[in-house]
Amino acid sequence: MVVFGTRIPPVFSLLIWIALWEIVGQLDLAFILPPFSSVMQELVLLIQRNDFQAAAWLTFQSFVIGMTISIVFGVSIGFIMGTSKIANGVLGMWVNIFASAPLSSLVPILMLLFGLGQTTIVVTVVLFSTWIIALDTYAGVRHISPSLVEMGRSFGASRFQMLTKILFWAALPEILAGVRMGLIRAVKGIVIGQLLVSVVALGRLFRTFSDNFQFEQFWALTVTLFIFALLFSSAIGWLEQRVEYYAKARI
Amino acid sequence: MSVSAAQDNSPKAATDDIVEVRNITKYYSPDVHALSNVNLSFPRGQMTTLLGPSGCGKTTLLKIIAGLLEPTEGDVLVNGKQVHGTGPERAFVFQDFALLPWATVLRNVAFGMELTKQDKREREDRARHYINEVGLAGFENKYPHELSGGMRQRVGLARALAVNSDVLLMDEPFSAVDEQTRRKFQEDLLALLANENKTVIFVTHSIEEAVYVSDQIVMLSPRPGRIHSIIRPEFSRDADPDEIRRDKNYLDTVEAIWADLRKYLD
Repeated sequence: MVVFGTRIPPVFSLLIWIALWEIVGQLDLAFILPPFSSVMQELVLLIQRNDFQAAAWLTFQSFVIGMTISIVFGVSIGFIMGTSKIANGVLGMWVNIFASAPLSSLVPILMLLFGLGQTTIVVTVVLFSTWIIALDTYAGVRHISPSLVEMGRSFGASRFQMLTKILFWAALPEILAGVRMGLIRAVKGIVIGQLLVSVVALGRLFRTFSDNFQFEQFWALTVTLFIFALLFSSAIGWLEQRVEYYAKARI
Repeated sequence: MSVSAAQDNSPKAATDDIVEVRNITKYYSPDVHALSNVNLSFPRGQMTTLLGPSGCGKTTLLKIIAGLLEPTEGDVLVNGKQVHGTGPERAFVFQDFALLPWATVLRNVAFGMELTKQDKREREDRARHYINEVGLAGFENKYPHELSGGMRQRVGLARALAVNSDVLLMDEPFSAVDEQTRRKFQEDLLALLANENKTVIFVTHSIEEAVYVSDQIVMLSPRPGRIHSIIRPEFSRDADPDEIRRDKNYLDTVEAIWADLRKYLD
């Protein structure tokens, strides 16, 4: 962002919003919006609470397990769709439907199927993120230059070598883009899922805070989740940048 | 045919033929007839060019010889044995280079040997030798996007040489390279091949390039591709490159081929 010829770092706009939040909060206009400073104070207290730590750990665990499953499934489905016309015909429609469907409505059903524990959270993450990873992987595989494939064949690559030494790397930029999108969706999934279920992990804390009008705590929890999502997304973004150079260099 | 250079229309020359194609016909679909009944022999240790206007099926023929495409009918023989698919006795140089963008020059050149699971030390030593041969010493750890088009194709050439195939198949290798680089590359290629004892099958649409580099030129006619004529340019290759490009026989051959091919342009 450039204002009057001076470069302003992107953090600045965040600071403005925080200042605005503080002012509105101090004015005591709405009881649901306490000042930012008291939210921060509450955040410091919150992250020391045992119930928060247990809930956050459980959520984080489910998130990592769910993302791992999503990446394995999503990338495999994408590769199968990208390399086989028949598979694309069979799977393509479903993957597209799931990628665009309002999946939140399925969460209560998952709860019935998988109970009120970690399994439901993991399944929610998988359900939210797999499809976009599959779609992006598919796009990446379709994007691979045919002459790279011919090169592999002419130098005698086995099917396994073709996959692990050529196709995977050639599609990697799109795969990572898909993983990042999947990650963002998974955060959404985990929040929505836990809110709807609201008897496990962070969902229960959210429920408790909002039911008891503890808005400092409620916002502190929300900010924590935001930071968490941002960190994950930037980590993948950093990885993406490392492969960006050859995404551009591809012919 | 009215070409001043000597003609050789007999498919069975006295020399030893390393590659033969017999009755090759290729349909991409019932309507797209790419090649029609092509018979050709490629003498061992010589450079044969497939020349013709676009759409004459020269790249199709090269890819059939490489085993990358299946002919609809006909056989490909290498060292007298019928082959199906690709094989280690044939190495391909691609028009768009087909380098791995995520791998260094060294790994790209060694990639053919990596696929055949050769020892890492050995294959990298060999790769370094050929990187040196194609004039890229010092670029071993660069990535393809850091190189110019001409340099990328040198990587592609080094990769094909490093696998030690008898036959080198080159698909318009210089078409993505600018004219000055191209001339230099042609000269370097001839100098390099003089010590390598390779059989080269070379596809181009440039008449000058074909005459300059080839022992034998196969002219193909378009749609469907069939053999129009075979020419063996006759001028001394001992002279330096600039002299050759001014040589009367060289210029006459270029002119005769142009006169012959221009009728396809109407």
